[in-house]
Amino acid sequence: MALKGNLRNFSTTQLLNLINLAQKSGALTIYEGIPTGEMDALGEPKYSPGKDRASVFFRGGKLVHAAMGEQDGNLASVLHKSGKLNDRQATVIRERAANTGDKALALLLIQANYVTQADIVTSVRQHTLDIVYDLLTWDNGPFLFDDSKTPPEDRITVPIELENVIIEGSRRMKELERLNEELPNLDLALKFPEDPGDKFKGIQLSVEEWRVVSFVNPKNSIRQIAKANNMNDLEIRRIVYGLLQAGLVELIKPPGMDDKARQAMGARRRKEAPQIKKTVVNKLIDRIRTL
Amino acid sequence: MQTVKMVITGPFASGKTEFIRSISEIEVVSTERDIKTPAEQVKDQTTVAMDFGRITVDDDLVLYLFGTPGQRRFDFMWEILAEGMLGFVVMVDSSKPETFREAKSILETFRAYAPTPYVVAANKQDHPDAWSPEDLRIALRIEEGVKLLPCVAREKESVKNVLLELLYSILEEMES
Ligand SMILES: Nc1nc2c(ncn2[C@@H]2O[C@H](COP(=O)(O)OP(=O)(O)OP(=O)(O)O)[C@@H](O)[C@H]2O)c(=O)[nH]1
Ligand SMILES: [Mg+2]
Repeated sequence: MALKGNLRNFSTTQLLNLINLAQKSGALTIYEGIPTGEMDALGEPKYSPGKDRASVFFRGGKLVHAAMGEQDGNLASVLHKSGKLNDRQATVIRERAANTGDKALALLLIQANYVTQADIVTSVRQHTLDIVYDLLTWDNGPFLFDDSKTPPEDRITVPIELENVIIEGSRRMKELERLNEELPNLDLALKFPEDPGDKFKGIQLSVEEWRVVSFVNPKNSIRQIAKANNMNDLEIRRIVYGLLQAGLVELIKPPGMDDKARQAMGARRRKEAPQIKKTVVNKLIDRIRTL
Repeated sequence: MQTVKMVITGPFASGKTEFIRSISEIEVVSTERDIKTPAEQVKDQTTVAMDFGRITVDDDLVLYLFGTPGQRRFDFMWEILAEGMLGFVVMVDSSKPETFREAKSILETFRAYAPTPYVVAANKQDHPDAWSPEDLRIALRIEEGVKLLPCVAREKESVKNVLLELLYSILEEMES
């Protein structure tokens, strides 16, 4: 089943959230956009996919590997970037091990005491995160999720939980407008999910985020939480959006909100459901079945 | 005679008219699309800016299906249409992610009008670019208790299924 669109309408953060919740496996590829000259349903220019800009791989809802377009993501480069190999070592290894896959190279380097296994895992992990954090800031470009794709055979994959990535992504989300759209109503309150599972285990929240979490209660509107923490609308939106996307909190109407809304609407009462009998509904059901 | 109504809503071109057309026993009375100047709009839209279909059950009972105009400039019609509805269907064009946000916003608006049951139809499932209902549920953040049904509005059986599921939800709500 297709999962394609444009980051303009469905952001990287939202995609990661979807992949996390649906525990998907496969590859998310983001492309350079080539204008087709057509318009989409919103009247915006349509783009067809051009060259790969980045591919991110997932297994069972976890991030496992990422590659940036043309960039050389082999192990020697990754270890060089993280400072585990110096310039000279990196050059030598690149020359000598040009035809060695990452996994084989890793074994060689560990045996030769160049690096430890932990060095490799940390460096590869950071490399993957760097790429993903970068593309979290992209706000345009066709994307496609292909659930039949797996990471290149010789690459070392390190599974990374997506919740933290999503939170970090929201921290970096710069577009105020989008936040306003995603979270238009600060009069709503927050609650913890019925079944948070172990979502909070190992989660790395900033002090600000913890402050907000500590006020989560169906009685406190988001606006009140912001006030209590001296946060402006943008700050609170950014934090709440991140927590929502990561599934750590949910939106809920605070008590009395409906009454207030009703008063505000004046004559625009909520319409009562019509008084209809069950027999009527059953008749409708029988009729539609025979159509 | 008793008449009851259901509202079929959703973004522009999500398939509302198609949906009603597939099941209505009368030719669907449809929106004129080329109302252009604001003056013309104000004059005409209350009567023309909606789709209208009918299913007769027997001499005593008729079900009307109203399709909302997809363009937001007809918003004010919605509340009128929502009055007294038995339930509503939110149509989503599963192949156009650029419309998902709008779909969600329409859903929330209708929910605020009336506390009736509703279902979400993941329409155009026959389209090669269609997102699956499961992915749509997450994308639109539809709560678990709300039905999100695969749909091909061109196929009568599919439309029947969506309406039946809505009716089952209405029945359940009455029994609870
Ligand atoms: N492939 C496919 N196309 C569909 C389906 N349902 C509707 N369409 C097509 O989508 C287009 C829009 O359908 P309409 O029924 O006019 O949509 P609408 O929601 O009434 O549109 P507005 O009234 O303008 O908001 C038409 O070309 C339909 O033929 C479907 O299930 N599958
Ligand atoms: Mg229509």
